[in-house]
Amino acid sequence: MLHIINKSPLTNGSFENCLRVAEAGEIILIEDAVYAATKGGALEAKVREVMGRYKIHVLMPDLEARGLADRLMDGVTAVDYGGFVDLVAGNKNCQSWL
Amino acid sequence: MSDIKKFMFVNRKAPHGTIYALESLEVVLITAAFDQDVSLVFLDDGVYQLKKGQQTKGIETKNFSTTYRALEGYDIEKLYVEKESMDARGLTEDDLLVDVTVLTSKEMGALMSDQDVVLSF
Repeated sequence: MLHIINKSPLTNGSFENCLRVAEAGEIILIEDAVYAATKGGALEAKVREVMGRYKIHVLMPDLEARGLADRLMDGVTAVDYGGFVDLVAGNKNCQSWL
Repeated sequence: MSDIKKFMFVNRKAPHGTIYALESLEVVLITAAFDQDVSLVFLDDGVYQLKKGQQTKGIETKNFSTTYRALEGYDIEKLYVEKESMDARGLTEDDLLVDVTVLTSKEMGALMSDQDVVLSF
């Protein structure tokens, strides 16, 4: 299953809410959620901790828009819009944590 | 002039994901035309608004981050960033595209109390 998160992890609970509920699978961080995949922040340790359980992707155009393309955490896969479509199509279902 | 008031714009939202950051900037520029004492503060995710190197071509939206550099030309020179917000996001002053004054939460609170008008975004 694919979980889609679009809210900033430090001012909205959706990222952590997702981690509480979601079974092992895939997560894609888009829009303001891309901040969760950047190095050096308060959430980095938490994200590293859950990497074994989830394959984490980030939408690169959203990371570039925020000036953080060079700060992507190791182990997180960058995808473009086509890659996002492939993830949606390749999973049985998906949940958007709006 | 005695009718000059202290206006503070409190920016707490990340850019691009919502319209708040851009709208705040529009109102700040309007306020600049009225010769008031304007301060901009960046708290919580608002500090991301000032991150260097924003490239919005891929998401096909306006890259308004360059406008922060033009504020000086409108005599808006009081920009404040909260240290705690930067630390939590792994950012330092070197990551920001304009010169700012870094304040602690406590100092920020005092500055806020001192204003005549506080506008929240």
